[in-house]
Amino acid sequence: MMDKIKEKIQNNSRETRQELRGRILTYCAIGLILIVVISIFLFVALKGIATFTQDKASLKTFFTGTNWNPGILGSDGKPLVGALPMIAGSFGVTILAAIIATPFAIGTALYMTEIAGKKGRNVLQSVIELLVGIPSVVYGFIGLTVVVPFVRDHFGGSGYGILAGSFILFVMILPTVTSMTVDALKAVPKHYKSASLALGATQWQTIYKVLLKAAIPGILTAIIFGMARAFGEALAVQMVIGNASLLPTSLLTPASTLTSVLTMGIGNTVMGTTANNALWSLALILLLMSLIFNILVRWIVKKGRM
Amino acid sequence: MSIEQYDLTKNYIRPLDADKHELAIETKDLQVFYGENHAFHDGNLKFERYKITSLIGASGCGKSTYLRSLNRMNDGIGRVTGQIMYRGLDINTKKINVYEVRKHIGMVFQRPNPFSKSIRENIIFALKEDGQKNKKKLDEIVEKSLRSAALWDEVKDDLDKSALALSGGQQQRLCIARAIAMAPDILLMDEPCSALDPISTLKIEETMIELKKNYTIIIVTHNMQQASRVSDYTAFFHLGHVIEFDKTRKVFTNPKIQATDDYVSGNFG
Repeated sequence: MMDKIKEKIQNNSRETRQELRGRILTYCAIGLILIVVISIFLFVALKGIATFTQDKASLKTFFTGTNWNPGILGSDGKPLVGALPMIAGSFGVTILAAIIATPFAIGTALYMTEIAGKKGRNVLQSVIELLVGIPSVVYGFIGLTVVVPFVRDHFGGSGYGILAGSFILFVMILPTVTSMTVDALKAVPKHYKSASLALGATQWQTIYKVLLKAAIPGILTAIIFGMARAFGEALAVQMVIGNASLLPTSLLTPASTLTSVLTMGIGNTVMGTTANNALWSLALILLLMSLIFNILVRWIVKKGRM
Repeated sequence: MSIEQYDLTKNYIRPLDADKHELAIETKDLQVFYGENHAFHDGNLKFERYKITSLIGASGCGKSTYLRSLNRMNDGIGRVTGQIMYRGLDINTKKINVYEVRKHIGMVFQRPNPFSKSIRENIIFALKEDGQKNKKKLDEIVEKSLRSAALWDEVKDDLDKSALALSGGQQQRLCIARAIAMAPDILLMDEPCSALDPISTLKIEETMIELKKNYTIIIVTHNMQQASRVSDYTAFFHLGHVIEFDKTRKVFTNPKIQATDDYVSGNFG
């Protein structure tokens, strides 16, 4: 009897095997994901760098040049890969969209957390979820038929350009920023609010001086997530921005973004050519930017905890 | 005097004689409803000025509910009916400016709840919102409030450090300082020591006794010794009713009702 227990203790059983199987399964899953992520990163990086190593384009031209015509060699014998117009276009629409979206998102989130009753909150919640679910091609189509003529009639120009792109992106990132701002506001400890109210502060003073202040790291995170989404959005922007690889001189002239040039060009170039490699360089920038957005978010969250 | 069983139809509350005692606040037929739930039934209590009154009773008996009604903190949470008389005015009406009411009837909560700002910012937060901009005056108030809350000596060199770095007891005294910075008439305290260790509790009690020279204090407490140590009057709450109210010494040594006797002597069932 004693020996049997002794033996059992030292040997594997159904439980230990089950534990092992579970472990192997999760390791497999995480391993696969890691391999995919690393391969994508390496692939894009290698392809993107090829423009500079293989095709001898200069980094300086890439970031500061304004002439984008990668299939053709310039007078100095190097390919014309001035990506500044696209970089400027991408940042332009992203920042403008975030600037327009932030006040609306904060207002909506405050209404949902502080002012609305249960019913209003639920209705708004479903509206926001609906906005998330609309495919970007539909946004683009609406932009093409409504926003572009609107911009043309009220602001001038052809209607295509950074302003139209920003309007579309504003609607597209609004739900993301709003729902994350709602989470940030909900995470503010309840006792801050009662402390403030008990001191005779009004609801508005409490919101403005206590709740929003405490939620700032969360709100910044929400805005950056929205910017990451705007930066990476391709289809809807491509439909309204005008797709001219010129350095934008105003919000109303046709422009282009990294993503729009990519979607337009990737089907028209042959793998391995300079024109194709140059597009990969744009893709690499997109990837690095999303990495930067991520790091920024982590940094803000960490700062907020301190 | 023989002890009686509690009878809903009788009134055991010995009201304070308004001629002999200066009243700070008084409630008449105060009732509180949370939706369908009738949380508190009959609040006819008078609170004497510059005295400490304890509200005692088991959890869920309505004492915190009653206390929160006094400075209208139940607005938007429950429905409060009846009158709350403050300076001869019923402050439980729609017309009353609740923000002004709360400036004069301050509150300290169960859990210390300083803002994640500096010690100084915590104290001057409400004053600044109230329009006080004079820096010298604000500094004066910071020092005076912290001194009244017996915290000045401990924090005077760290006024710009985060309030969250203080210990629990210090945080609670900061919350008291923050409340009295507004120079209220009345200070409501909702179990202010329940999250604190005995030494911090003792300090808060000493602070309270010091404070009652200038303020009227109403405190909810689960700690019977605390009630008997600090308070002049005690009200015993039971199942949503106030069933006994008298001088603290009387409630503890010679209660009129069996339920009170059971509660204060820890003798149930």
